[in-house]
Amino acid sequence: MAIEVRIHREFDDFKLDVQFQSESRRIGILGASGCGKSLTLKSIAGIERPETGKIESAGKVFFDSAKKIWMPPQERNVGYLFQNYALFPTMTVEKNIGIALRCGKKEKEKKVRDMIERFSLQGLEKKLPGQLSGGQQQRTALARIMIYEPDMILLDEPFSALDSYLKEQTQRECLELLQDYPGTVILVSHSRDEIYRFSEEVLVMDGGKAVIQKTVKELFEHPQKVAAAKLTGCKNIEEIVWKDGKHLYVPGWDMVIPAGMGNVGGAQAIGIRAHEFTTERTESDGELVFPVYKSEVKEDLFEYHVQFFTSERAKTPVVWKVSKKLWDVGEKGVPKRLHLRREHILFLERE
Amino acid sequence: MEEVRRIMAELDWSPLWISMKTGVVATVISFFLGIYAARKSVQAGPRIKAVLDGILTLPMVLPPTVAGFFLLLIFSVRRPFGAFLYGNFDIKVVQSWAGCVIAATVIAFPLMYRNARAAFEQIDINLIHAARTLGMSEFRIFWTVVMPTAGPGVTAGTILAFARALGEYGATSMLAGNIPGKTGTISQKIAMVIQDGDYLTAGVWVGIVMVIAFGMIFVLNLVLGRRMRHIKRW
Repeated sequence: MAIEVRIHREFDDFKLDVQFQSESRRIGILGASGCGKSLTLKSIAGIERPETGKIESAGKVFFDSAKKIWMPPQERNVGYLFQNYALFPTMTVEKNIGIALRCGKKEKEKKVRDMIERFSLQGLEKKLPGQLSGGQQQRTALARIMIYEPDMILLDEPFSALDSYLKEQTQRECLELLQDYPGTVILVSHSRDEIYRFSEEVLVMDGGKAVIQKTVKELFEHPQKVAAAKLTGCKNIEEIVWKDGKHLYVPGWDMVIPAGMGNVGGAQAIGIRAHEFTTERTESDGELVFPVYKSEVKEDLFEYHVQFFTSERAKTPVVWKVSKKLWDVGEKGVPKRLHLRREHILFLERE
Repeated sequence: MEEVRRIMAELDWSPLWISMKTGVVATVISFFLGIYAARKSVQAGPRIKAVLDGILTLPMVLPPTVAGFFLLLIFSVRRPFGAFLYGNFDIKVVQSWAGCVIAATVIAFPLMYRNARAAFEQIDINLIHAARTLGMSEFRIFWTVVMPTAGPGVTAGTILAFARALGEYGATSMLAGNIPGKTGTISQKIAMVIQDGDYLTAGVWVGIVMVIAFGMIFVLNLVLGRRMRHIKRW
């Protein structure tokens, strides 16, 4: 199972220019709203048509502008789970699941029955989509896709319409249901948690382009690009100015930081995750000390959210998040200084 | 009261049958034409759509006599097309029941078309996309997904088209005339007896047409409404 995508499409105010290739079974596409990730997915399914490029999946050519090939969505055998599930509102759960199946009546009934059991929809067979909860709707939509055994399944922000309690449960269910599915699954999302839980390989999109493609682990450890760092939840991202080979200046924080070792020459920005600061010395080589000059504290359910300036001349605050168990800011106050292991600095490129 | 009973007993029922036949046939024709036009219009680009929409809606906004004028221009046996039909196929539209149907269809069509179009435009495009990725043919998508989902709008269009076709007067009187027993519809009958000052007979016909119109709409709503239980009540 391999997928190759190279698509180009121009709009008045937006240009989609994506290129990627993957052998993974679980691919995540991470990007902010309007970065073109949904459009990419729709192009793979054949719902949207790119101007030029090529889309190939497991040896089947879906689209090739050079050879004038365009396979209609009906023939691609690609399942698409829509954000709003797109269940047919006039049909019962049963009918929705079986509608596209082309086989004898007996066989159809049996297959629908199987799906209803597999997706725990018993008792809801005669209900209309409008009478179902969000999670039930999603399971119905998944059953409708799975019944005709697609070669690939595309999930378009499948959990964004659910409230947070339901979201976690549905996510878990959805991943379990997809566990045994042998084909490729592509999940599009702007949520790093979803992407982290789901995918083996991640594609980060920004401004209509695929900026990075990495394994999940690598992406979260070394985001490499500013866009990727932001999407993986890095709160402190600042422009840097190189002083000499060994030191760099962070204008926003008015701080000079030793660059240390490693190949970081191309970096134009640094990033620090808000959880990485410690209140005590880290006892590591060349640890960094952040003086806390002025701070503002917000209390969350399980953690404190502290914004502080490193000096009088600093323009942007540094964000520090700490669990209440580790350091109860409410009781102990904000420390005079915070410590950071040097390896927790992410060196980032703009483009 | 005695008078009314006498009128009812001696009544020539032909205007009722002519009106009903005309209404039903014109509604069936407008139903399919209207849905076809609405589908094309929804799929067309914005500029073509604007032109198409303008032309298709004209019969509704213009006085029916203007439609009658154009219909006469086309079908009069003294005009090329009308002469061609009469000469080659022996079809005469003017002063015939076919004229009643054509006039009523032209006037009723925009109501069907506009309502169907509005209903199609309300449909979540993802439903159609989903159906495509599920492998359903365009024909099947239209009849099993689009039409049922657009049900309420299409029903409204059908009812309005029927009501309009049933009561059509202006274009019908110009194209088909008022030949008793042939093209004499209820509306024309009412106009005629009023001119004779026979208010009682006119009143009887008014009563009949009101009962029919209400009855038809009531039944249609009931029958089609049952298939629309996915729509929540306010």
